[in-house]
Amino acid sequence: MNNQGRPSGSGEAQTAELATISGDRGLDHEEALIFELGREGMTGVDIPEVQLSEQHLGGLRRQGPVGLPGLSEPEVVRHYVRLSRMNYAIDAGLYPLGSCTMKHNPRLNEKMARLPGFGDLHPLQPQQTVQGALLLISELMKWLTTLTGMPAVAMSPKAGAHGELCGLLTIRAALQARGETRPRILVPSSAHGTNPATAALAGFTVDEVPPKGDGHVDADVLKAKLGPDVAAIMLTNPNTCGLFERRVKEIADEVHKVGAYFYCDGANFNAIAGRVRPGDLGIDAMHINLHKTFSTPHGGGGPGAGPVVLSEALAAFAPLPLLVHDGGAFRLVEHADEAPTGAKPFGRMCAFHGQMGMFVRALAYMLSHGADGVRQASEDAVLSANYILASLKDVMSAPFEGPCMHEALFDDSFLEGTGVTTLDFAKAMIDEGYHPMTMYFPLVVHGAMLIEPTESESKESVDRFIHVLREMALEAKAGKRARFEGAPHFAPRRRLDETSAARKPILRWKRKDDVKEAAE
Amino acid sequence: MRYLPLTPDDREQMLARIGVRDMDSLFRDVPKLAVVGRSAFDLPDHQGEMAVERALAKMAGRNVAAGSVPFFCGAGAYRHHVPAAVDHLIQRSEFLTSYTPYQPEIAQGTLQYLYEFQTQVALLTGMDVANASMYDGSTATSEAVLMAQRITRRPKAVLSGSLHPHYAETTATLAALGGKVVHAPCTPGKSEDIAALIDNETACVVVQSPDVFGLVRDLRPIADAAHAKGALLIAVVTEIVSLGLIESPGAMGADIVAAEGQSIGNGLNFGGPYVGLFATREKNLRQMPGRLAGETQDAAGKRGYVLTLSTREQHIRREKATSNICTNSGLCCLAFTIHLSLLGEEGFARLARANHARAATLAERLAAIKGVSLVTPSFFNEFTLKLPRPAAVVVDELAERGILAGVPAQRLMPHDAQVRDLLIVAATETVTDEDCDALAKGLAEVLA
Repeated sequence: MNNQGRPSGSGEAQTAELATISGDRGLDHEEALIFELGREGMTGVDIPEVQLSEQHLGGLRRQGPVGLPGLSEPEVVRHYVRLSRMNYAIDAGLYPLGSCTMKHNPRLNEKMARLPGFGDLHPLQPQQTVQGALLLISELMKWLTTLTGMPAVAMSPKAGAHGELCGLLTIRAALQARGETRPRILVPSSAHGTNPATAALAGFTVDEVPPKGDGHVDADVLKAKLGPDVAAIMLTNPNTCGLFERRVKEIADEVHKVGAYFYCDGANFNAIAGRVRPGDLGIDAMHINLHKTFSTPHGGGGPGAGPVVLSEALAAFAPLPLLVHDGGAFRLVEHADEAPTGAKPFGRMCAFHGQMGMFVRALAYMLSHGADGVRQASEDAVLSANYILASLKDVMSAPFEGPCMHEALFDDSFLEGTGVTTLDFAKAMIDEGYHPMTMYFPLVVHGAMLIEPTESESKESVDRFIHVLREMALEAKAGKRARFEGAPHFAPRRRLDETSAARKPILRWKRKDDVKEAAE
Repeated sequence: MRYLPLTPDDREQMLARIGVRDMDSLFRDVPKLAVVGRSAFDLPDHQGEMAVERALAKMAGRNVAAGSVPFFCGAGAYRHHVPAAVDHLIQRSEFLTSYTPYQPEIAQGTLQYLYEFQTQVALLTGMDVANASMYDGSTATSEAVLMAQRITRRPKAVLSGSLHPHYAETTATLAALGGKVVHAPCTPGKSEDIAALIDNETACVVVQSPDVFGLVRDLRPIADAAHAKGALLIAVVTEIVSLGLIESPGAMGADIVAAEGQSIGNGLNFGGPYVGLFATREKNLRQMPGRLAGETQDAAGKRGYVLTLSTREQHIRREKATSNICTNSGLCCLAFTIHLSLLGEEGFARLARANHARAATLAERLAAIKGVSLVTPSFFNEFTLKLPRPAAVVVDELAERGILAGVPAQRLMPHDAQVRDLLIVAATETVTDEDCDALAKGLAEVLA
């Protein structure tokens, strides 16, 4: 006790649940919806009132309010700061989501993307006023083609799945130019869901190829399925089981023998960048997730960017716009008939020229790492994943022989008979301060747990992670289920009812009166 | 290398635990012919932060930033003032460096703002439901057409001649694969007779308002004509701020709204990343593409949010999904949601009025210049002028004087001779009186 009567010791720790009056718990605040806050007439942006004539509105002036709440700036800031504190983030802890590549996002990249000379450029400004932006795109293209050993790259796709679509439409155009229509695309059953969805969207039928027992695609089955009606195969390499497809070159040769193309899902390029060139493997098209391999931030689910590198056979069919360098200046080709000789663009993927904001970040990443750093990053990612695999395979169960690439895959056979599921195990990781690994994917492994530590973790961090998972696995096997049942216990929310959310979807806030009216 | 925490010692210890001699052993599945050394890459080695910053700043310095000159470009991307709080908040680690909210217990921040975003988009567009975003307005438009083809089981999409040509090309690239795309004639400043193109094969009519020339369109007669033939009306909005002053597409009978949300919260960024808005009527919900956040409860009875109706999506439905989209525009949605929350009802309406007033004054002033006439009788913050000379040349001449005067229509439609002299001019709240003076003076001089 000090002389004002203020206790200075730490007191007794209360172990029982203590309900607070406010409903908040220390730093953990509950937060209402923005629509439940504020008051009419308030605004957080001062905009002067103007004299308005309706002469040019064509009689189409809005009748009635939009229905937005009114809040001052401090209220809005507090609202979104409080929301942010309910999120896990790579900046706060290891984020081992396999296939998603949650690596460090350097803030230099954010700063560079916000330079007015990049961030404050209009896509349709006269091209002589954006030569620096076009130079940046051209530099990034050089990095992407050099690292992949491919001659060309289409820059406009806005995410991985959009890149897949771009790749398949390029293949479609190449086939058309040969006077062929081929309906079928071969996709391994271990593929990301986007692969079959993209193939269907591009007008192809999907033919699934099963995996072999060793986690590799069954090359013999795949070869047997090849024929003159096959347009392409879509293969992820390194694959979703975390393995490098060791028969990839042989597969590519067979694919080309029947006149088909080899599309590679490049989601896992970050395992091999700087060490292996996809172009040397016979790949015809591959998207690169700039938001995975080159660390443009995931931002809670985007924006991404998915440039597609193309082989000589496909390069001519890349979509608009094209970037050319002639007469000492860069020029964007925005219409097919302005294209250089030989180019036959299949169409357009989106308005304007692609995800420039992501291009700046990705180039900042590349220049920072250099070719040596990109290679080292891939090696460290692979090393950490193998270290995790080696350190846990005695207590958890690894379905395939290593070595793995940048992801360590486990199945749920180590949980057999324990009453603990992959879901329980993953959710219990939340209580330990970790984001769960990717679970139940790939589909070809029962109760899959796919762990990708990335190159951003120190050995101490990975060791701590291994220790926690080991202890959890041992507890589960010893029949101690307490920490698994109903986990997580220490998150902003307990498990959420996804079934009722889907059965009776509530997808937006409504005014109480509107809800009542609708019910009557 | 500052981003890589492992030391050479760490690497040795880790290799020892794994039980291999070197890194090459871990890559043993890679065919030898594909393994290359450092020398295979004609690229520089790593660099410190200062060096990278210098290199990139030099490139940035070779561009004319919109904010550094009198600036009037629009045609699908608009320069608005974004409050400082927006950019600060979206750079919080918990938003910037989190993944798609597949683990809802530790992603309530993202899920709740997506739910708020969906609500805002539904309110603005006058629709029942909205998704958690598409890549941009153009891909939202093409997804809307595919959705209409699924709902109606009809092949044909009729695109307005005044739909942004990039949107039309993006849509045609995709929608023509399994269907048919018909382009209505382009009639700058006037409504084309699009009803005549709707038949019993028509899945949808796609009309933009304000259109690419800035013309505000009455969608009601088009909605009636479409519905009479069992087709859907897809309304496209590239300038979402217009909905603070103009009647919403939902109120005018649209079935699907596909819009660009860049104007709220997001910078120009030379064309991306932007944020596609997608909204529709409740009855079309299960055919909608893209992610959806929904309200539910947790095991303790507390309100919370999850991603829902994912049986429409690729990770569950694979080739039967409504779209292949996965990553969308998460952080751009957040910027949109925060900016719109800051504006509120009052601020948003004022912003819209400020834009229109600025454009109306400028249009009248420029149309008074000898040889110049206003092509679009009604507009929001963007209008089209007919010049006595090719607009592309005039824009280049004004650029040399340090004025970015707008977008020549021919940049978007090089084959349409009637648009050769048309200049599309946007004036938002960021345009000052001095900017308008400079443009009026400059235009008069280069046309003299």
